[in-house]
Amino acid sequence: MGKAIGRFVLKRLGLAVLTLFLLSIVVFAGCMVLPGNVARAILGPFADQRAVDALNHQLGADRPALSLYWEWITKLLHGDMGTSYTFRAPVAPFVRDALVNSLKLAALAFVIVVPLSILGGIVAALFAGRWPDKLISLTSLSLTVIPEFVSSIALLLIFAIWLRWLPLSASFPADAGALTQIYYLLLPCLPLVIVLFGYFARMTRAGVVEAMASDYTRTAILKGLPRRTVIIRHVLRNALLPTITVIASQTSYLIGGLVVVEGLFRYQGIGSLILTAARGKDFPMLQGGILTIGALFIAAVLIADLIFLLVNPRTRTSLR
Amino acid sequence: MTAQTTMLDAEPGSTPIVFEEPRIRSRWSLLFRSGTFWVGAIITGFWACCAIFGPWVVPLDPFADDLMNTLGPPDALHWFGTDQLGRDVFSRVIVGARDILTIAPLATIVGTICGTIVGLVTGYFGGIVDMLVSRVIEVMVALPLIVVALLVLVALGPSTPAVIVVIGLVFTPLIGRTVRAAVQSERDLDYVDAAQIRGENALHIMFVEILPNVLPPILVEMTVRLGYAIFFVASLSFLGFGIQPPSPDWGLAISENYGVIAGGYWWTVAFAAGATGSLVVGVNLLAEGIHGALTG
Amino acid sequence: MIQMEQSPPPALLLDKVDVAYRTRGRDMRVLSKVSIRIEPGEAYGLVGESGCGKSTVALTVLHTLPGNGHVLGGKLEVAGRDLRRLDAPALRHMRAHDISMVYQDAGRALNPSMTVGRQLLEVFEVLGQGGQEAVERAHAMLARVQISGPARVMASYPHQLSGGMQQRVVIAMALAKDPSLLILDEPTTGLDATVEAEVLDLVADLRRDFNSSILFISHNLGAIASICDRVGVLYAGHLVEEGPAQQVFSDPRHPYTASLLRCLPKAGLTKRKSALETIPGFLPPPGAIIKGCCFAPRCSMARQRCHDESPPAYDLGGRQSACHYHDHVDFIAGKDLRPVVVSAPAAARQPALALDAVSKTYHVGGQPLHAVRDVSMTLQPGQTLGLVGESGSGKTTLARLLLGLVAPDAGGRIELDGEALAPTAAERPTEHVKAMQIVFQNPDSALNRAHTVRHLIGRALSRLAGLRGRRLREEMMRLVGAVRLTERHLALRPRQLSGGLKQRVAIARAFAGNPRIVVCDEPTSALDVSVQAAILNLLAELQDQRQVSYVFISHDLGVVRYLADRIAVLYLGRLMELGPAEAVFTGPHHPYTEALLSAVPSHTGRRNERIKLKGEIPSPLNPPSGCVFQTRCPRKVGEICETTEPPMQSEDDHGIRCHIPRAELGRLTPAHP
Repeated sequence: MGKAIGRFVLKRLGLAVLTLFLLSIVVFAGCMVLPGNVARAILGPFADQRAVDALNHQLGADRPALSLYWEWITKLLHGDMGTSYTFRAPVAPFVRDALVNSLKLAALAFVIVVPLSILGGIVAALFAGRWPDKLISLTSLSLTVIPEFVSSIALLLIFAIWLRWLPLSASFPADAGALTQIYYLLLPCLPLVIVLFGYFARMTRAGVVEAMASDYTRTAILKGLPRRTVIIRHVLRNALLPTITVIASQTSYLIGGLVVVEGLFRYQGIGSLILTAARGKDFPMLQGGILTIGALFIAAVLIADLIFLLVNPRTRTSLR
Repeated sequence: MTAQTTMLDAEPGSTPIVFEEPRIRSRWSLLFRSGTFWVGAIITGFWACCAIFGPWVVPLDPFADDLMNTLGPPDALHWFGTDQLGRDVFSRVIVGARDILTIAPLATIVGTICGTIVGLVTGYFGGIVDMLVSRVIEVMVALPLIVVALLVLVALGPSTPAVIVVIGLVFTPLIGRTVRAAVQSERDLDYVDAAQIRGENALHIMFVEILPNVLPPILVEMTVRLGYAIFFVASLSFLGFGIQPPSPDWGLAISENYGVIAGGYWWTVAFAAGATGSLVVGVNLLAEGIHGALTG
Repeated sequence: MIQMEQSPPPALLLDKVDVAYRTRGRDMRVLSKVSIRIEPGEAYGLVGESGCGKSTVALTVLHTLPGNGHVLGGKLEVAGRDLRRLDAPALRHMRAHDISMVYQDAGRALNPSMTVGRQLLEVFEVLGQGGQEAVERAHAMLARVQISGPARVMASYPHQLSGGMQQRVVIAMALAKDPSLLILDEPTTGLDATVEAEVLDLVADLRRDFNSSILFISHNLGAIASICDRVGVLYAGHLVEEGPAQQVFSDPRHPYTASLLRCLPKAGLTKRKSALETIPGFLPPPGAIIKGCCFAPRCSMARQRCHDESPPAYDLGGRQSACHYHDHVDFIAGKDLRPVVVSAPAAARQPALALDAVSKTYHVGGQPLHAVRDVSMTLQPGQTLGLVGESGSGKTTLARLLLGLVAPDAGGRIELDGEALAPTAAERPTEHVKAMQIVFQNPDSALNRAHTVRHLIGRALSRLAGLRGRRLREEMMRLVGAVRLTERHLALRPRQLSGGLKQRVAIARAFAGNPRIVVCDEPTSALDVSVQAAILNLLAELQDQRQVSYVFISHDLGVVRYLADRIAVLYLGRLMELGPAEAVFTGPHHPYTEALLSAVPSHTGRRNERIKLKGEIPSPLNPPSGCVFQTRCPRKVGEICETTEPPMQSEDDHGIRCHIPRAELGRLTPAHP
């Protein structure tokens, strides 16, 4: 068993590295080749051509793209993400701190949304066609498309301005304990929860409904098993497996939401880092940030695949 | 292979000849009897009317500043109050539907056309082509759409055509994936083999044989994507990379005014937020109605 | 019914049961006044074509009708208990103790994420038994269904077992509680002939050991005849005839039963002797208001009374028939059926099709898979070659090779009228493309549902026959007429046609370019038997008119025998036997052919001694050494079979790939199947 699994993991790892490599090209191209002219992009269309040339030369952007890429990627592999144009300081520490902050926010969102939405999806499926289902389905259907900035505004108006229960800004004091941090992060994570709840609940419901209609569930019912046993042992066991992959695949979506939410709540995370870099045309910072979240997503999918592989008897035994 | 000798049946065979289009008709009637569809259609229709006729029906000029009357609360003249420049929020919300409802559908159409072509080619040919395109799709999917959009918009500079191209571009792999899956399941059907046996070329098979059969999922995907396109255009405008001032666009309005909500000027953002929310929910309900009718 | 005091209650009693599905506010009746009585220990068979309500009977008895289905009236009892009055705990108790079900797809009936053992033990768990005793009983149960190594099977997941094994496990699960009633709903459909035969044998054996009554639902008359004491025939939700299986099949008392039996290609009947009988018309749709007898519109002996007055179930002493004229049923036979193919097979000219050493190797995960290996055969113009084999035999790959959908391995040669064919359709000139066409098994898949019949046939005519404008329209009308469709069908799309009509459109399309060879890939196996007969007649007629050759792929030996002039038997991609149809059926046979022939259950009830094949069909990825059949061969001679692939022994144009001398090979009793 170990050997086949090892081979499989290696293959997946290889693919992930390949994807990461392609991703680096895309990110690099987006920042370097597309504008054709980094300095022009920074200085704007009305800048003096000589100033543009000078800046290009200073940044090394007038060299061929391939050699620039080579330099960038070799540095990157040594942990050097370059120097920020804005802060005149290495990018890597900024990215690292922002990442830690974002992971806190994302983890809180996941901790809230995963159990809630799975429960919601299961309840909806068990009452398929009746009012609990209609309520949950319609709510999730509507919530999942509300842009984060819209729900953020609504939540801010209600909980921070009107009721004054929660703080307006997510920046917690530097010495805040875990509970205080959660108190500050609750409001910003809710818009993410709202979007993800709809998505996860709908996927879970679909999976459970399918499993309920399956022949093996009918077999279990016809064995005379109690309904509770049928649902837990036969329905949920099969229905919830694919949810692992679904959840992982939404990591990318979550990070996208971070860009909006962190900006809105003035939280120093990777999303606001990317946003600030994009606004300030700080390309090294932008590249570093984007590549980091790309890598994060690829890692999340890889881990989910492996968990799925280990939990699912079908793949597990076929690897024996 | 099944082993049957003295067989009476294997699958439903003897249904009577019907000289009408039963399924098509029931599909339409299914759609029209769907409450979800109607609620979605009414909301979307309302905003579409605002987008088309808004400039002629609004009571006040949405672009007119009134620096004597900034941040005024809702009253008889300014139903939704005024913003930081004293502009009438009600008129701006109504007219604000216009830009987003131009850009989002155009972007969706661009993405649908490109995605359909990508999906047809990869689904039909499979093999190396499929491998390559899948890898590129995977890379694009690895990044949040909004980040890809940011990256490209920073490079190109924000402008309406750029927003359309960018959203069309990021939708292409997503729609392409759906179309590809639909094409692959069509590819397994014998009529594709029959066409090959008849000596048809790949273009004919893809566009004349397969395409008509994958239109329903494409239509569903397109309406779903329209909802997300609105989502993204609004978000990009909010971030300052989408629709540019002085447009009364909702996302833009929120980004211009949310700094003052701490002072209690809620009306500057609440109505625009409500409008954005109702439009995306409306389009999504519409999509769900169509989805239910086409697959149910 | 009055019950004797001591006699136990019937295992199942349905008395005038009506069931309806509610669709768009209207009740569609699917079962009308169905009465069935199964005594303890009795095996009862329920037959009928698709859409007649067979499966609804099972669902009703198990209380698992879909949400919109409900029992309108009648009495339903299992082992004396009224099913309609049971509350949820009582229903669960009944399912746990009294009633079991086995249905068609065993692979899907088992939970994919639980081990087989765990699922089997659940049966005992419900009965309150656990621990070592339950495990031992589970082992014993698996042994009873002839599973060797129960411990290993118990630890397996369902997907690790073959289809036949899965069905055994499901049967073991069903019988573990020794139920008073066992319902089998199409338990062998989808299994290979030899595997089906084994499962049927197993059920017949188990009947002796268990006291369970059986309700066996199937469209396969032979399967029913091999298991059941009594049989009921369903038509459009009505039980039209009932009685002892032997009597009903040998002397039917309802015109529907009689017509059904006559549609089957009988033993010894070929296209050169007589056309097949058919049943005209269509089954009434569910929910149709039926006045009079439900079969009257399609009945050749219907009179006015049949259209006006609904027939009761006439009691004929131990059997029943719902026909006013049940005494006259024997007279409806004997429509004057002329032979379809009159022209004798032409003397050996140049063959229309010749295959020489054709092979096809796929690569699965780096391993070679010999889907077809070294096949050589010829086909004369105007003749039919029957291709017979089970799953993995390579018959479908062979068809795809002929049509140029996949390219054969280098070295092989396919010739059409003496000219070599290019490997793929794309490389073949138009004359070759139009000369080689196909009729697929499933017309729903083969006809593009987006197009009208006019487009489907028109496109084939313009592509293959190169016709345009008026000439195309004329030719289309001729073609449409030839397959017995009419002009009004042209505007329709496939989904608006019945299965049989769809298959006619597919046939018309295949004949558009006036082909030399048409590959028929199981063209009737998705159709009801009455429709099958009409399609076989049509194919035979077109062959006679146009001197076209068929490569006819089928697992149904009766159908092959009716249509084929020559037969090729494939096993794991190898040609095992090739010869004139008559010789292949009468013998001497290859041991595999012999087993295939003996596996066919016959509804006439004459049971040939079944030749049992050991084990499962090996994976084509890992074929046995020497003779590929040696692992299952009942006549294996010894080491030579394992080491040396036997040569084709040919005599009188009849080749057999076996080490055993011809004279010692088996011959089956004649008149089979």
